Amino acid sequence: MNTLFILALLIPLIAALTTILFKNIPSLRESLAIIAGVCLFSVVLSLTQIYLQADGETLPSFVLVEIMPNLPLAFSIEPIGLIFALVASFLWPITTLYAIGYMRGNKEENQARFFTCFALAITAAMGIALSDNLFTLFTFYEFMTIVTYPLVVHTGSEEARKSGRVYLGILMVTSIGFQLVAIIWTWYLTDTITFREEGVFTIIGHAPSMWMMGILLALFMYGIGKAALMPFHRWLPAAMVAPTPVSALLHAVAVVKAGVFSVVKIIVYIFGVEHLQSLIATDWIAGGWLAYIAGISILLASAVALRQDNLKKRLAYSTISQLSYITMATAILAPLSLLGAVLHIAAHAVGKITLFFAAGSIYTAAHKKKVSELDGIGRVMPWTMGAFSLGALSMIGIPPTIGFVSKWYMLTGAIAAEHIFAVSVIVISTLLNASYFLPIIYAAFFKPLPEPVTHGEAPKTIVIALTITAAGTILLFFGTNYLLELTSSLYFLQPE
Amino acid sequence: MSNNLPALHIVLPLLAAPISALMPRIRWSWWITLIATWSSFIISLLLLTEVMTTGEEIRYTMGGWAPPFGIEYRVDVLSGFVLTVVSGMAAIMLPYARLSVEQEISHNKIPLFYSAFLLCLAGLLGIVITNDAFNIYVFLEISSLATYTLIGMGRDKKALSSAFNYLILGTIGATFILIGIGLLYMMTGTLNIDGLAQHIANIDQAQPRPILAAFAFITVGVFLKIALFPLHMWLPNAYTYSPSFIAAFLAATATKVGIYLLLRFFFMLFGYEFSFETMPVAEMLMVLSALAIIIGSLNAIFQYKVRKVLAFSSLAQIGYIILGISMANLYGLTAGIVHIANHAVTKGALFLAMGAITYQLGNSTLIEFRGIGKRMPWTTLAFVIAGLSLIGVPLTAGFISKWYLVLALMEKQAWIMLAIVIIGSLLALIYVWRLVEIAYFYEPVEEGSHKEAPLSLLIPLWVLVLITIFFGINTDYTVGFAEQAAKVLLGIVT
Repeated sequence: MNTLFILALLIPLIAALTTILFKNIPSLRESLAIIAGVCLFSVVLSLTQIYLQADGETLPSFVLVEIMPNLPLAFSIEPIGLIFALVASFLWPITTLYAIGYMRGNKEENQARFFTCFALAITAAMGIALSDNLFTLFTFYEFMTIVTYPLVVHTGSEEARKSGRVYLGILMVTSIGFQLVAIIWTWYLTDTITFREEGVFTIIGHAPSMWMMGILLALFMYGIGKAALMPFHRWLPAAMVAPTPVSALLHAVAVVKAGVFSVVKIIVYIFGVEHLQSLIATDWIAGGWLAYIAGISILLASAVALRQDNLKKRLAYSTISQLSYITMATAILAPLSLLGAVLHIAAHAVGKITLFFAAGSIYTAAHKKKVSELDGIGRVMPWTMGAFSLGALSMIGIPPTIGFVSKWYMLTGAIAAEHIFAVSVIVISTLLNASYFLPIIYAAFFKPLPEPVTHGEAPKTIVIALTITAAGTILLFFGTNYLLELTSSLYFLQPE
Repeated sequence: MSNNLPALHIVLPLLAAPISALMPRIRWSWWITLIATWSSFIISLLLLTEVMTTGEEIRYTMGGWAPPFGIEYRVDVLSGFVLTVVSGMAAIMLPYARLSVEQEISHNKIPLFYSAFLLCLAGLLGIVITNDAFNIYVFLEISSLATYTLIGMGRDKKALSSAFNYLILGTIGATFILIGIGLLYMMTGTLNIDGLAQHIANIDQAQPRPILAAFAFITVGVFLKIALFPLHMWLPNAYTYSPSFIAAFLAATATKVGIYLLLRFFFMLFGYEFSFETMPVAEMLMVLSALAIIIGSLNAIFQYKVRKVLAFSSLAQIGYIILGISMANLYGLTAGIVHIANHAVTKGALFLAMGAITYQLGNSTLIEFRGIGKRMPWTTLAFVIAGLSLIGVPLTAGFISKWYLVLALMEKQAWIMLAIVIIGSLLALIYVWRLVEIAYFYEPVEEGSHKEAPLSLLIPLWVLVLITIFFGINTDYTVGFAEQAAKVLLGIVT
């Protein structure tokens, strides 16, 4: 099993190396990257299999190196991390396939650097997903920020450099300024930062002060800039200056999911669901506010998305709002809403990557970036817009797409917890989602083309990639049971 | 032979200095310097290993004269650690010196250059190893005089004025230390540090004025030597205009030796009670270090010459070390001492990278930095990794120091200082990343076929970078020794 951990980290690393080695032979380096992606996915699948066969028993963690006493780089598997790892490793080869078409179609420069950093970002994602303690999580979290920076500034234009500064600035300031302090504080209070099923803070029992717990929670939540909780969300729209495959895999899947994954992981395994519940019952300040902050973030981001004409920007703001769904559902602390949050990591990933793929496909074939230019485009690009529609339906939460399942659980959880605010936020934002996605679909298919066009569908690799992910939204809906089986042993879902 | 190691440690470079000056060929001078430096390094490793394995300090009496009459050398965990850092940095950097020095120094002066370097090294090592207060002053002057010479040899016109500037301030500092030592001698009649410590502990209650004055003189003198804000004015120019190799060597070692002196005086000579309870040292150090961190980092952001960025960043990093020391608890001292080594390798690597760029392009300002990532990929990558260590990203040496420093601040509940440390590393993010952006995402001003630096520059640079990473992953040697040394200083018996 330890070999599998090493492989999960090593395969993307090797892919990065081969990309550098064969930087002048595009077809070889890219096929190697795809092969690496398939290998990685099977490694993660075998880890999942091992986990399912263990049947609830705790598996030993794997210590790579002990840096300071009791502070190792260590890895272990648990359901939430597995889902994140599965999603990231599944979508990596598909995105590589897509990127080949996109990068060549748009004649981008520095492709070798692009694919190298891309692979390194996946290493970081694997490290985060399989991390066994906060230190490991933080290490790979920072690594991910650094290796994705060159992808954002890829073109090197003044605009790209400016966005790069916003991107790195917000992510590093929050992580060093808040998250690291919170981690060291946790270590100082409890002498451990290894994730525990019932939460680390149970060690110190009922905390000395509820205010302190509230401040710690705030440091963690705002310290995870990648979860884009307002007001630390500006990096996400800024990152849209990157080539679309980056926006698709990293800023809809790997990076942002690393963020919300950390949110879920820290609330569940550091604060502990029951522990935090009891703290909030004593004093609201210990964490009750989080659901409200996240809820406001959902509504505001949706409202901003409504007003964006740039398609990628609209998707970015939609991402901010969807990420806050996960944060809010986690903050409610009801078992079912937590389950919904976990499922939404996968649901939003496949849905949003499809939408970005479609946006990039339109840009490659028609060179259009704006929502207002999409009239009738569905007639020339039926595959692209078909996939877009499926992705959008999943975002809104309409069956038979996976978005429905996750939203269902989140809503049920919120109702069970009698959290009226959360329930109304979910309902209102669903309406908002519908109102910024459905007009695009309507315009694409039912409005006439303003002028005759010469272009057709995008390159084949792009179409294949977006068809697979679009199909994924439906397949996951019917495959929900597999995910549920995986999550069934989660500690907070166990009956008393 | 092995009994005389402490003496050989100093005598070897000291003797090699005149020999190197007399060599007819510049390569021979370099070879002699290399051999002397490496022998010194190996001796320091042997000494440190012996101290760690036996758990006892090594005492050596010069010429067999026992203290208080003779001069005593003393190696404990702390001095062994600093000796290893200083001689190790010299040993790693010397292979780098050959090409860089040949390019920057006129050839007839090179034998003298190496001779001055050896004197400087011997002086720095002597300060650390001796247990005699007056001897400390002697070695301090040896190293300082050599340093003024070395800085003055820089190519830039401003090298001379920088050297002169440092000469004035450095002499004031040294004189202050001498006055302090004189006052102590007047009151106690001994120069041996252990003897002094005993006397001071006995007369502690009365607090005679001369002792207080001595404390004040010595403290200010040492502050000047370590360039603690606001006595830092000599440092930025000295680091910017000196020869590349010297800038790297001084940045990595000189101020560290000053910090060692501070620890020695505060904890071993005057003692913890006198320094931290009778005198308000903790508060003073804390305020000064906070100012050093903020003002140093802010200045670093606005510099045009990259070496000046690094020099001002050094001021801030010295602030971190002093902040750790000011807390005078286990975590704080560990953080301070471990950062002596971590910052030495990090800043050493950064200055070596600057030297490599200067070697290839003639200078290292923001203009040369444009597009350097493509022209000199290995040098630039080394610069980025060391820069990350400056910010304190995990898996680099800088992170370890920061971890202990923040822990110490939490233990003291010093929330404002904690915020300052965090702001300091965010400012480091700004001044490092500004350079990264220019290096990778700006086009070079002039087209030219500039290539990567030669291997003899790249290898020492990368050795330091790899050590930076190694110290970020394995802390047995850094934190292990630093913690041990901190325990000795605090008198915690294990």
